[in-house]
Amino acid sequence: MSCCAPGAELALDLTGTTSVLPSGQEIRLASRFVGDGLRQTDLSVPTVHCAACIQTIEKALGNLDRVESARVNLSTKRVSVRWRGDEVPPFVRALGRLGYQVHLFDPELGGKNKTLSELIRAVAVAGFAAGNIMLLSVSVWSGAEGATRDLFHWVSALIAIPALAFAGGIFFRSAWNALRHGRMNMDVPIAVGMSLAYAMSLYETINHGDHAYFDASVSLLFFLLIGRTLDHVMRERARTAVNGLSQLAARGAMVLRGEGARDYLPVAEIEPGMQLLIAAGERIPVDGKIIRGSSDLDCSLVSGESTPRNVAPGVPVQAGVLNLTGSLTIEATAAAKDSFLAEMVRLMEAAEGGRSPYRRIADRVSALYAPVVHLTALITFIGWMVAVGDWHLAMTTAIAVLIITCPCALGLAVPIVQVVAARRLFESGIMVKDGSAMERLATIDTAVFDKTGTLTLGQPRLVNASSIDPAVLAIAADMAAHSRHPFSRAVAGFAAAGGQHKFDAVTEHPGFGIEATVTGSIWRLGRRGWARWKALTDSESGHGGTVLTKDGGIVASFVFEDALRPDARAGLAQLNDAGVSVEMLSGDTADACGDVARILGIDRFVSALLPSGKAERIEVLTKAGHKVLMVGDGLNDSPALGAAHVSIAPATAAHVGRNAADFVFLRESLSAVPLALDVSRKARRLIRQNIAIAIIYNAVAVPVAILGHVTPVIAAVAMSASSLLVIGNALRLHRFMPAELTRASSATRSGIRSSARPS
Amino acid sequence: MTTLIYLIPVALFLGALGLSGFLWALRSGQYEDLDGAVERILIDQDDKPGR
Repeated sequence: MSCCAPGAELALDLTGTTSVLPSGQEIRLASRFVGDGLRQTDLSVPTVHCAACIQTIEKALGNLDRVESARVNLSTKRVSVRWRGDEVPPFVRALGRLGYQVHLFDPELGGKNKTLSELIRAVAVAGFAAGNIMLLSVSVWSGAEGATRDLFHWVSALIAIPALAFAGGIFFRSAWNALRHGRMNMDVPIAVGMSLAYAMSLYETINHGDHAYFDASVSLLFFLLIGRTLDHVMRERARTAVNGLSQLAARGAMVLRGEGARDYLPVAEIEPGMQLLIAAGERIPVDGKIIRGSSDLDCSLVSGESTPRNVAPGVPVQAGVLNLTGSLTIEATAAAKDSFLAEMVRLMEAAEGGRSPYRRIADRVSALYAPVVHLTALITFIGWMVAVGDWHLAMTTAIAVLIITCPCALGLAVPIVQVVAARRLFESGIMVKDGSAMERLATIDTAVFDKTGTLTLGQPRLVNASSIDPAVLAIAADMAAHSRHPFSRAVAGFAAAGGQHKFDAVTEHPGFGIEATVTGSIWRLGRRGWARWKALTDSESGHGGTVLTKDGGIVASFVFEDALRPDARAGLAQLNDAGVSVEMLSGDTADACGDVARILGIDRFVSALLPSGKAERIEVLTKAGHKVLMVGDGLNDSPALGAAHVSIAPATAAHVGRNAADFVFLRESLSAVPLALDVSRKARRLIRQNIAIAIIYNAVAVPVAILGHVTPVIAAVAMSASSLLVIGNALRLHRFMPAELTRASSATRSGIRSSARPS
Repeated sequence: MTTLIYLIPVALFLGALGLSGFLWALRSGQYEDLDGAVERILIDQDDKPGR
């Protein structure tokens, strides 16, 4: 194990049933040519977090044959490996030996981020221009006159042109887009103000005027670009963190051809009728029917069932299901685009289309603000024309009004708060996809939870360990270590600290259990009916369940629970306190749901729902006027995630659901949900305060401007002061550290009886 | 005031030099892994820098 595998900030414990080493062929499919016969593969390594990790990984990979270079990117927790030849070097295994979990990273998703570098370039250019122009302006304000002032103005004009054209393009394009579609956004008054200020200043410069506003125009641009860049960086960080999680959808599958030939084909090329070999630990890529083999399937992401399903030839299986114990041969019955997974994506997109579009606070404010400001400028112009009749004076005063009202503070008011809030959530392991998600979350009054994998961890836990003889339990644990069945993993955790038991032979019987021989006796760990073959001799009654037997007689029986997510109960109570009513929707049986609902104190729940049923339930709630938050992890939840007003998914969720959700939380504790709600509501309050500050600023500054008393100095001071005030107010969010939430004790784990009843 | 004739261009040139330096650093990927750069300073490298 490396020095730092556990406990890294974003280290995800996905070791459960979801981690599967990517196979060589899979890696080949995901790699790309970079010229010179080199291929590059990007791997996501979530647990890398210090210099030692970097060195260990780069050294280990660099020493492999045919690996040209390996470079760790610590910010994105990713490794790029360049290698040559056709055979894939065994770098996944090499990293696995070092104790690092590896996931393939999809190069299509990780395309170079053009927008960010464009924004940073724009900030750099605007900053350079603003600094230089400000220097020249200060000279003018301190008394430069005549030819010197004209020279300074001309130099400023020259510097401002490329800055506005290059760095301001972002705002001009956005404003133009909005206007063309007959909408109004914050960028319209910004673009109008900036360009009018420039045009007037140029006119003044040509006519040897006193006042030029080049500094106002460019420093405005600089401030706004900073806000926009921070906003983008925050979202980008969330996006890469989410993308870095393991890919759950199978990328390809081993296709069996006639005469024993095998081909590894990408999912898209699999056609109905093909026979696929699914090894234990792989996900089933397309819908199909089992023709050979038996195994246990983990359907939790697909149907919400918490107990692994036992399957035999003839049983139909859905895409996305994880094969746990035995290898299977299935016949594809649908192509990938018609499979369950694709069907869910379609349902989800339909649900998202049906959702009423949300208008962001900034856009709603600017829809009111821009017309008012432009109207005021117009009235000022008319007023001065009527009063004085000097069109030049009227024009400069009107433009001064536009400059002073240019929504610098307003443009920063919303994004700055959201950046601070997103940062705050990021520190608690919650990723926010965009700012509007927080605005929407602040408005919810109903929260709908999925059961398996959301309220519960979706991983069974042994509950009667204390009543089992420790020596027997240790034997069972050592046997269980040979299987990846969730029950086995739960038992394997109880291995004795001392040495391992020596078994003469251990075999796993897929769908039944594990058999081991020790000095002549046969031990079996698995389903009751299979492990205990002796006739009933004593009062060993009972039905189903998991038992350990020795030579056919029961030695111990095991009871499993689906462990609740830490803080589930406390989290739900906090939601209730916050005035949010809680409901549970599940695809699992009524019994299993009832148990969870009782323990967590949930009054309303619906069980045995189909995926479309969940989305419909949310639509019903929405029609009744509720603003619904959906928290879910499964493929079957993704339509509901799309239909809800806002959605949250745990990091262990299916790929599709994780992409659909507005928030993704990386830690186990369910207190992430009330925390996100809390921060969002506080952010909303600060946003409102900031907007109020911006309006008060305008109420003071506009009359001064209308009366014609604004000089470039006043404009510069007023605009900077209001921006600083808004930023300072946004930073107050850091002081709202809710101690009781961040202390997120994981001590309150409680469990519930699983309805494990293999028959 | 004649000093301004060359002082202004000099000031702008130096500023532009800094700006282009930053843009070059950005383009050559030096800002892509800031966290990594912080940690890499701790790595002892006896051999030549790896390529």
